[in-house]
Amino acid sequence: MSNKPVRVLVGKIGLDGHDRGAKVVAQALRDAGMEVIYTGLRQTPEQIVETALQEDVQVIGLSILSGAHMQLIPPVVEMLREQESSDIIVLIGGIIPRDDIAYLKEHGVAEVFTPGSSTVDIVNFIKNKLELN
Amino acid sequence: MSEQQKNSELAAAKEAWLEKVKKSLEKHPESKVFKTDSDYEIERVYDALDLESLDYREQLNWPGEYPYTRGIQPTMYRGRFWTMRQYAGFGSAEETNERFRYLLEQGQTGLSVAFDLPTQIGYDSDHPLARGEVGKVGVAIDSLADMEILMDQIPLDKVSTSMTINSPAAVLLAMYMAVAEKQGITMEQLNGTIQNDILKEYVARGTYIFPPRESMRIIVDIFAYAGKMIPNWNTISISGYHIREAGSTAVQEVAFTLGNAIAYVEAAVAAGLEVDQFAPRLSFFFNAHSNFFEEIAKFRAARRIWARLMKERFGAKNPRSMMLRFHTQTAGSTLTAQQPDVNLMRVAYQALSAVLGGTQSLHTNSRDEALALPSEQSVLLALRTQQVIGYEIGVTDTVDPLGGSYFIEKLTDQIESDILNYIDKIDEIGGAVEAIEKGFIQKEIQASAYRYQKEIESQERVVVGVNRFTISGEQPIDLLKMDPATSQRQVERLKEVRLSRNQAKVAETLQELRRVAQGSDNLMPAIFEAVKAYATLGEICGVLRDVFGEYQQQIMI
Repeated sequence: MSNKPVRVLVGKIGLDGHDRGAKVVAQALRDAGMEVIYTGLRQTPEQIVETALQEDVQVIGLSILSGAHMQLIPPVVEMLREQESSDIIVLIGGIIPRDDIAYLKEHGVAEVFTPGSSTVDIVNFIKNKLELN
Repeated sequence: MSEQQKNSELAAAKEAWLEKVKKSLEKHPESKVFKTDSDYEIERVYDALDLESLDYREQLNWPGEYPYTRGIQPTMYRGRFWTMRQYAGFGSAEETNERFRYLLEQGQTGLSVAFDLPTQIGYDSDHPLARGEVGKVGVAIDSLADMEILMDQIPLDKVSTSMTINSPAAVLLAMYMAVAEKQGITMEQLNGTIQNDILKEYVARGTYIFPPRESMRIIVDIFAYAGKMIPNWNTISISGYHIREAGSTAVQEVAFTLGNAIAYVEAAVAAGLEVDQFAPRLSFFFNAHSNFFEEIAKFRAARRIWARLMKERFGAKNPRSMMLRFHTQTAGSTLTAQQPDVNLMRVAYQALSAVLGGTQSLHTNSRDEALALPSEQSVLLALRTQQVIGYEIGVTDTVDPLGGSYFIEKLTDQIESDILNYIDKIDEIGGAVEAIEKGFIQKEIQASAYRYQKEIESQERVVVGVNRFTISGEQPIDLLKMDPATSQRQVERLKEVRLSRNQAKVAETLQELRRVAQGSDNLMPAIFEAVKAYATLGEICGVLRDVFGEYQQQIMI
């Protein structure tokens, strides 16, 4: 891995307004030396992918607590594939039922962090994953 | 012996006791520095010296008497329990209506409607941005047709209904009134609340539509209209709940809520309303978090500050304008996905603090809410928790049972003083709207949220099952499954409504709404007419979006 800081997009996808977790994670990633682009609320899958490509990020972290993850997350992964950018790591944070976690991970999501997750674990996950790549 | 002599004797005795404590500390040192969630250092013990300057009539007084520290009614729960009101709503109007009727049968005493996000943001269910969200965090309401189903067979003259709706509150209130009209119920008989609190949406909850100035106009129009038309309706529920969920401390929760309340009162007064005309219908909504005593003190401090603000700052004469009436919900953010049954205990203690703090209404969270929307079984346990507090354990038998406790009174004073400091700061910035536009409130909340998370990760703050007493290989529990066909059915019904109504009438009422929005007349009558013509929520909000524009979030980390 080069010494260039890791670039991460942190985004709120869908109409959900709960941004405490997204902001805490964004701040923790920044404190860990990463460059964070925070999108703010109400992003569509299209907007997320567009910003991610423009900003040339290695990681996309999406927060969603509204239950719309099954409709909104797969399109993100799909569009990344179409843009030949499947190397971008997609992480999800939020209230995601166990069965859905399995589905999302089978469909291109690298990891899902549910309530109670530690920001230290998220930072370490990103570092390990990038080293493996 | 004079008061002064007594106190100096007491102080001397305390010195002697402290000498003994020193020895004991050598053998058994205390485990840490003790602090409340708002970071107050807690003393080893409190005593009469802490309350030396307490003036009973001035600071506490009897319940039902100014400044209402001990409660707003003279008899509190001896006369009537708080309203047991579970926030509910999911899927279609039919499914939610069924859950409402189930809850009422189980002894719930009021309704609380959760709307889905498209409804809360003023989009119809077939709007592109509604993708995946229809019927998810609440019920989808597109038009009066849905509201008719939602309230089917529910006697609106007997049940009070709280609606968690903010930017489009005027529209949902108009729909509720239209249903009542059809049920043959007079407007005076309607009881309930709309949240209608836009300022906290900008900083904590995120379902804003219009910019602040235009939003404030809608709110003041509702105050004026409802004051005349539905006199028993709570026109706003000024909410600290979401500010706390976003990560604030207890002190910040109340300070920012009261800061917002001041902004609403000032806006209404500036629009020419008399304070005693609208202030009795203002209500509040707070969070019951885990730091038990601090929460109780917080509720008491909030009541005292509000009473004095209304009397001294706004010159209210009607005691009802000075009474802080509030709903409470236990803290969703304290629920854990790990060992979810443990959440039952958290919720019970949090609910107890709300009751000891004198709440008027209460929602207890369900144990499975860190995993999914709550199942019916979990909601029932949550309601039963309230019933145990009310009917079994005797804490309601006397009013404000912790009043006079050295610790509680000291903490109430400290919290009050820090809240007042924050209110001064917000005044200096130029009021709550300015403070939000400058990002002051957002930054304060964010800093507290980050600190809280760091405390958990460093184990300075223990969360049972998360950073202590963890187990691996937990058994999954049964969760509520949503019917994926709901969204499609909702969109079909919306289409039917659009086809079956009188189009000319819809166009005419929407045109009239546009005219009123462009001018300065009260918006409510025009919204009421559009709703009754079955104009959809998205159409009505669309007109207002056109005229008022949309709020652009300021992004800061």
